[in-house]
Amino acid sequence: MSNGMLEETQVVPLAEIEEVDLYHAHHWITKYVFSQDAKIIAIQYSATAILIGLVGLVLSWLMRLQLGFPEVFDFIDAESYYQYVTMHGMIMVIYLLTALFLGGFGNYLIPLMVGARDMVFPYMNMLSYWVYLIAVLVLTASFFVPGGASGAGWTLYPPQAISEGTPGIDGGIILMLVSLVLFIIGFTMGGLNYVVTVLQARARGMTLMRMPLTVWGIFVATILALLAFPALFVAGVMMLLDRVLGTSFFMPEMIVQGEMTSHENGSPLLFQHLFWFFGHPEVYIVALPAFGVVSDIISTHARKNIFGYRMMVWAIVAIGGLSFIVWAHHMYVSGMNPYFGFFFATTTLIIAVPTALKMYNWVLTLWKGNIHLTIPMLFCVAFILTFLNGGITGLFLGNVIVDIPLSDTMFVVAHFHMVMGIAPVLVIFAAIYHWFPKMSGRMLHEGWGQFHFWITFLGSYLIYFPMHYLGFIGVPRRYFEIGETSFIPPSAATLNEFITVVVLIVGFAQVVFIANIIISIFKGKPAGDNPWNATSLEWQTATTPPGHGNFGDELPVVYRWAYAYSVPGVEADFVPQNMPPDEVKRTDTATGAVADDPPELHQ
Amino acid sequence: MVLAIVLVLIAVGSVIFHFWSPWWFTPIASNWGSMDDAINITFAITGVAYVAIILFMAYCIYKYRYREDRRADYEPENSKLEWWLTWVTAAGVVGLLTPGLIAWNEFVTVPEDATEFEVVGSQWEWKYRLPGKDGKLGTSSIKLISDDNPFGLNPKDPNSKDDILIEGEDLHLPLNKPIKMLLRSVDVLHDFYVPQFRAKMDLVPGMVTFFWLTTTRTGTFDILCAELCGVGHHAMRGQVVVDDTAAFQKWLGGQKSFATLYPKGAAGTQQAAESDAEIKTVLTANNQNNEEGK
Amino acid sequence: MSLFHEMTKKPWLVDPVGAEGVQEVGAFFLPHGKVGLRVFLVVVTVIFTLMTIAYADRMLFANWLPMPEPWVLWLNTALLIVSGIAMQVARNGAQQDNISGVRDGLVWAGVLTVAFLTGQLYVWQQMVDLGYYANTNTANAFFYLLTAIHGLHMAGGLVAWWRSFSRMWRGASVTDIRLSVELCTTYWHYLLLIWLVLFALLLLS
Repeated sequence: MSNGMLEETQVVPLAEIEEVDLYHAHHWITKYVFSQDAKIIAIQYSATAILIGLVGLVLSWLMRLQLGFPEVFDFIDAESYYQYVTMHGMIMVIYLLTALFLGGFGNYLIPLMVGARDMVFPYMNMLSYWVYLIAVLVLTASFFVPGGASGAGWTLYPPQAISEGTPGIDGGIILMLVSLVLFIIGFTMGGLNYVVTVLQARARGMTLMRMPLTVWGIFVATILALLAFPALFVAGVMMLLDRVLGTSFFMPEMIVQGEMTSHENGSPLLFQHLFWFFGHPEVYIVALPAFGVVSDIISTHARKNIFGYRMMVWAIVAIGGLSFIVWAHHMYVSGMNPYFGFFFATTTLIIAVPTALKMYNWVLTLWKGNIHLTIPMLFCVAFILTFLNGGITGLFLGNVIVDIPLSDTMFVVAHFHMVMGIAPVLVIFAAIYHWFPKMSGRMLHEGWGQFHFWITFLGSYLIYFPMHYLGFIGVPRRYFEIGETSFIPPSAATLNEFITVVVLIVGFAQVVFIANIIISIFKGKPAGDNPWNATSLEWQTATTPPGHGNFGDELPVVYRWAYAYSVPGVEADFVPQNMPPDEVKRTDTATGAVADDPPELHQ
Repeated sequence: MVLAIVLVLIAVGSVIFHFWSPWWFTPIASNWGSMDDAINITFAITGVAYVAIILFMAYCIYKYRYREDRRADYEPENSKLEWWLTWVTAAGVVGLLTPGLIAWNEFVTVPEDATEFEVVGSQWEWKYRLPGKDGKLGTSSIKLISDDNPFGLNPKDPNSKDDILIEGEDLHLPLNKPIKMLLRSVDVLHDFYVPQFRAKMDLVPGMVTFFWLTTTRTGTFDILCAELCGVGHHAMRGQVVVDDTAAFQKWLGGQKSFATLYPKGAAGTQQAAESDAEIKTVLTANNQNNEEGK
Repeated sequence: MSLFHEMTKKPWLVDPVGAEGVQEVGAFFLPHGKVGLRVFLVVVTVIFTLMTIAYADRMLFANWLPMPEPWVLWLNTALLIVSGIAMQVARNGAQQDNISGVRDGLVWAGVLTVAFLTGQLYVWQQMVDLGYYANTNTANAFFYLLTAIHGLHMAGGLVAWWRSFSRMWRGASVTDIRLSVELCTTYWHYLLLIWLVLFALLLLS
């Protein structure tokens, strides 16, 4: 993409730019079930992810019932509690958030936003979804095998993940690992699509720096995932061999129930390094798409260009790069060489700088904007606050000396739920309220949306903000019951009851949201093509919802970036990316005289 | 409007909650006050940023709420402002990191005169070993563990015979003495966690991990396991009693050594079947892993 | 630093390059398949790199008993090298519109690759017969792991190979299968390279 290459591009005749071979379905099965259309695949991915996410939500209720009201519910014993913990974590992180952001939003938005007809490898894209579905089914099956699902914690640390004393070491952990391996294979097929589509299939004029930040976020997150998931793959396969063949990759010699095991000299820390080499980038695999989506929604609904676009792009890339050299901050108390702490604490806190810049730029986008407090905007504001809170507690835990007393306490639970539980989920809601009109042609109900927003936002803050303080007291995480201690005051139990009640309320508010979606698909107010007056290409499709091939007969040509809101000298407060310069209506004819070189698009 | 008010309430409410809620650190009982200090510094720096950003956001949402007759500003970027914010943030990060790393340096530097105490974790109980009169702990290997030698001590190591073994009882620690806790697990991961000590560390099978502390007040404290170790994780409890020197010596005098408790194990008779060579590799392995832990 | 240059552009300014602010895009002047394969090979590289690191780390622990290297492994290596050469022949044929060259190359590459995989299974059999089980020593376990993951990648390659081969068999023209033959060739060469690295690793430890 040098200057030389750009000059070269001008002499390349259009015909030589490869068109995506569009697959035309002729039967309803190939149209809606085994579909190769990225939009259908996106909906399949999203629906599956949300369904399994609801399972994860119910698991969280069960956990909270036990924590809030110990010894009240007979059907929850220690074994099932640890199974809930494990499955909740794994489902939410991998099968809901990763799948929804990349498989769901990635598939729907990338081709539409970059002006492509579809993903570049549609067949592989279809396989990606079906392998993901099988992975979900295998994971779900683990609930029903003898011994039940794994109870090793979502981190699956060996040796306990596969040794006596942990629930689900017979079938549960095996199915879990198989499911993860399948997920990674399926994801890789999708991921290749997202990356190559962004690199190669952009519409004419859609330079890298004209892409909406949503695309940037998903693009960089996909690259991270392609580089990070192999670590989980390798760790998963090795642990599977340890469990099934009795190898000793991670399993040291140990005495379980009075018997010496046959394992020898394996390294539990090796697993932890591999796991977190995947696990930390995973945080950003979820966060970067969320960053992108928030940027676009805020800009659209504040009618103002995103502040510091270039800094936003650089920050996404910088965060992505740095995320590979911070993994051991999850291992400060793991017994690894303590001198690593200096390095990883430093890199971890450095990553706060680009992240903080993104935060400032979102708020500065609101500044001097003309803010519509629509439902998507409300959720974005809630995201900023929640993510700010979670990011700040990240500064506590990243700083090695502060992590020592707080690690493995409820503070950690509160931190990561704020930063990668609630914050991304708020963005998912924002995105659904924002793009649902494009996907269905109808608006979601505003009043119900308000109800859903306020319960979810305030409820989740009430759940997780006080939870940090349980961590300060010293309440450890992953405890079936706290039992008798000398240092935890009785008021902590009251706080736990309160949290449980709020959890149930927030959980049931999601039913309203699901109902809103289902009813609005049929009865919602018609949305029109561009209800938010947005600039990016997905709002400029010929039909709503976009048809096969996305853009009708001719692919759009892009003339400007995605943030031409409230441009001085232009009549409308937004200029779509594909509106030819001579069609832009100007208020000041004197300065708008030169059509080829519209001065209002200069700074 | 409502949203702006709610944001202000959240910012103010969070600060009020922080200062007036009854939930805070348990009173400290070790020398790691630097950890509490670091947390307080972090609270001060990040708290200001948190409140400032929320209040500014609330102001923007109120001031720039939608009005038909207004148009948003058009300002793609402002390098000066962005660089300024970068430097301010970087300064804040340095302010957090510097005291943190200084304290961490202290944490990883074990004083020369620290006494070694050993904690052995297994599903789901704690055992402890103290050096005998020679002041040294003998070598150990998981492969030597048997009914006659529950700690897996090396009977051929002269240092091990007088090691004091504590099973099924509370651990006692002397007041105001630097102590290096050596941590060893015979099965899965555990984590030796006493909230009042602040410091904690995982027990990893195949390795000997460690941390150090100096106790600063007497009392009886709970020991918990802080690394998920199976269904009994939450019930893996113990107690540690910090005594003044006299009381500690008195307690120590009442404890029994390896040779007294397990004469058969200490004599090494149960190893008759195993060749010396094998035991030697085992011990080397153990020491190697020891090195890795350090 | 062209990418760097691209990323410092101010997108809100009209780009002087395109006449109407319009430029052609597409980061690489390559077919999508080639870009996709390169990205995939990066993923494969990460997998094998991580396993190699794990291997090196795990070697440091006690009781690492290296395995013998049966001579069949040398034979298998030779088979894989020749199959790579055959793929290259097919590729050259595809570029010179020489359908018989493509056919000979593809047939030989396929046969030799199947022979390689059979040979690898034979080595496994030999090892098991000699008592080198995966659970007796981690060196053995790594041997099985590395060869298995490499073998699975080869087998996946055979699926792609089969697609080009069957299309050719049904009379597709050279132009139709040129790209897939080229992709297969790249993939074969790359997996050969990975095998050589793994083989060297096994020999050296």
